[in-house]
Amino acid sequence: MSDNRKQTLNNIADLFESQNFAVLSTQQDNQPYSSLVAFAVPPDLKFFYFLTPNTTRKYQNLKANPKVSILVNNIRNNAEDIYNAVSVTGTGVAEVIDKAIEQKALDLFLGKHPNLKKFSQAPTTAFIRIAMHRYFMVNRFQNVVEIKVK
Amino acid sequence: MKTLLNIDECLNAGKDQVGGKTYCLAKIHSHGIRVPKTLCVPCKVYEDYLHQSRLKDRIFFEINRMPLEQMRWEEIWDTSLRIRNYFLNTPVPATIEKNLAGLIDTYCGNNAVAVRSSAPGEDGASTSFAGLHDSFLNVSGTGDIIKHIKLVWASLYSDAALLYRKELGLDIQTSRMAVVIQELVPSDRSGIFFGLNPSSSNESVVESVYGLNQALVDGDIEPDRWILSRSTGNVIRHTDPVRKRYAAPGNTGIMFHDLEDHEAQTPPLSPDEIHQVWKTGKRLEQIFGKPQDVEWTITNDELIILQARPITSTGFTETDDKRSWYLTLHRSYENLKTLYDKIEHHLIPEMISEADKLKQQDLEILSAQALCSEIERRQKIYDDWVKIYWADFIPFAHGIRLFGQVYNDAVAPEDPYEFMNLLENTGLKSMERNSLIEKLARMIRNDKDLKTALENERIPDPGHPFRMLLDSFVDQFGDLSCTIGSGSECEYGENAIIQLLLEFAGRPAKSRKSNEIDTTQLKDRYIKSFPVDRRDFAEDVLYLGRESYRLRDDDNIHLGRIEAGLFDALQEGRRRLVDPGTTANDIEILLKAPGLSLTQKDQNQEETIFSDKTAIEKWISSRQIVGHPAGPGISSGRARLIKTPQDLLSFKQGDVLVCRGVDPNMTFVVPLAAAVVEERGGMLIHGAIIAREYGLPCITGASNAMKLIEDGNQITVDGYLGIITCRTEDL
Repeated sequence: MSDNRKQTLNNIADLFESQNFAVLSTQQDNQPYSSLVAFAVPPDLKFFYFLTPNTTRKYQNLKANPKVSILVNNIRNNAEDIYNAVSVTGTGVAEVIDKAIEQKALDLFLGKHPNLKKFSQAPTTAFIRIAMHRYFMVNRFQNVVEIKVK
Repeated sequence: MKTLLNIDECLNAGKDQVGGKTYCLAKIHSHGIRVPKTLCVPCKVYEDYLHQSRLKDRIFFEINRMPLEQMRWEEIWDTSLRIRNYFLNTPVPATIEKNLAGLIDTYCGNNAVAVRSSAPGEDGASTSFAGLHDSFLNVSGTGDIIKHIKLVWASLYSDAALLYRKELGLDIQTSRMAVVIQELVPSDRSGIFFGLNPSSSNESVVESVYGLNQALVDGDIEPDRWILSRSTGNVIRHTDPVRKRYAAPGNTGIMFHDLEDHEAQTPPLSPDEIHQVWKTGKRLEQIFGKPQDVEWTITNDELIILQARPITSTGFTETDDKRSWYLTLHRSYENLKTLYDKIEHHLIPEMISEADKLKQQDLEILSAQALCSEIERRQKIYDDWVKIYWADFIPFAHGIRLFGQVYNDAVAPEDPYEFMNLLENTGLKSMERNSLIEKLARMIRNDKDLKTALENERIPDPGHPFRMLLDSFVDQFGDLSCTIGSGSECEYGENAIIQLLLEFAGRPAKSRKSNEIDTTQLKDRYIKSFPVDRRDFAEDVLYLGRESYRLRDDDNIHLGRIEAGLFDALQEGRRRLVDPGTTANDIEILLKAPGLSLTQKDQNQEETIFSDKTAIEKWISSRQIVGHPAGPGISSGRARLIKTPQDLLSFKQGDVLVCRGVDPNMTFVVPLAAAVVEERGGMLIHGAIIAREYGLPCITGASNAMKLIEDGNQITVDGYLGIITCRTEDL
């Protein structure tokens, strides 16, 4: 692995660790839809986990069309953001996984969000795993690098 | 706090508000020593202006576009130019302006004043970076004074200040600037006083010139110099220079005039006056507790202190980098005029004549020994011209910048590069060369037999119109394949240029862009923004700017011809080295010549620098790369990375030229290009100039473009935004 790729992946991992929430984009019938989700990722960044009630629009959307994208950034809502903020967009395919079988993944998720333990236990809460294909890291306003993870 | 303080209020306001320069003057004044009538716009006004107008956000955006440490000097100048233009275009909020204008009107009326910087921290105790921020002489009228206050504020981000930002502690969040408004003292004589001679602790130094002391400080006029006893003030020795000129306030800064005969023969100071300067200097030392570096002037026989600061080492000389050299590139209008005369009437004709002489000499008839000497001679000629290039040609390029600044100050255009429109179409030598290439290509296009012959590497006999024009081209501009790089490329010979001409012929005729902007109207607006009595000056600066723009390119073409002369001699030497008929003795002689050896120079040397394959790897690719927009337009094409000069010869119509920096001797492929991308930054570099002449999208300062873009990849160059987008697979 080149230093450049390694460095970029490290930067993405650092950003993901520093942030609790991501914007998830789904779509159905040509209508995109964005939601805020609490997330967690494994160190290799190949998957992206979140929980959602199975009555939500995002759930319905991703069941109908599993191609989704996520966005994580560290903006602080000030003028400096335009250059200092780092933003990562990811694309991939989402699927509902079994909480009982994927216990390790759920532990990873709850390790980061212990407050959601009760929420995770509800039978109507779905555990979603996105198999990530690519990440796009944007910094300094318009510099964009693209990384394939699958 | 008031928006304008008089000198009695400055001590109370504190150094943090009024800056070092004003605070010192206020202190001197409080001890009853005469200083010019002084007012101060405190830092608070600067802060309120920046905050209320949201200018702070825009400056932050500009400074952070790219890490400053990655910028070349030219890019830093561009950044500074853009920031300066923001200040010019951002009005002072109405409430502040009303208040400030009222006070300026009351205190200054219609009197001419000097508007100077007074940054807290400037003239600090340990190092001095005097001159990084701007001062303006001879400003009058409330509106004009406010405009110049903004320009002094803007100079907090001057290119020089950005270069020395670390030493200055320049920080957009905390840096501030106060402005001094001073009565313009008519200087009969002026000078400096050094309380402690740096080379002898028992001595003090007085230097003096007729007129303004700016010329002394800038080193333009050699002063009278007296070394005094530090304790008694008695003169130990006097250096008597040849006195010819004096400086007086001019259109931009200062102008020089000849001294009257009696002045030229008399030192500017009498013994009594020397003593008075020393005595006042000693008093200042008592007031501030340290030996002082004092600037003073005498008007109507009255001594007035303009400035005093502790003697410090200068920050500039302590650094061992090139920044202090860059600072010398800032030339005054007067200096540039002299330089122009030297370049246009002496250096360029000498270069042309030198290159012609080299071309005419028959190298084949020289003995081995004579050829060897000739190579040495040509190497020396070339080296000497390179030195002149750095000493005179590069500084003359500042003429473009001076015009840009004068234009922006006068017109305050929305686009800080609007002035470039008035510089284009100056008849660049490289454009002349390119139109000759186009003419040759047209001959091929219109003559099928000629095309077939050339494709089969048959060059028409002498006397054929194409051959005649080609020979005349090679005479004028050299064999392109020789002039674009090291002598090793010469072996491509005429075939290389034929290949290039065939490529040109394969595309429809293309001319340079038709100028869509009405330059007559633009010029008219520029000239009319000056008062009638200053319009000649406006014309002169424009002329200087255009000449600077033209010569910036032409000098490289001429230097390229001299370099080609050196290559011709080296090539002749190389030919003889491999010629079986050359005697062993001659080979021994030839091998003594610089640049000749039996093993061919490693032609791939350049290649190895670039073939850093680890940087480009499959799992990561750049989607967008940001540089500076240097030529408007948008275009897509195959990226053609120019790693070695040979790469140019296989450049194809519609390719995007991607390189470290376009050398003027490379610009002949630009008409074939869809767009130009350069790693090297700046709006005024050759690639950008030529791209604009052809109306091509151009991006400069795209750091690491050569590593991030893969040769052959499809890229889109957005010359409006300065963004290169690389085509990647679908999501």
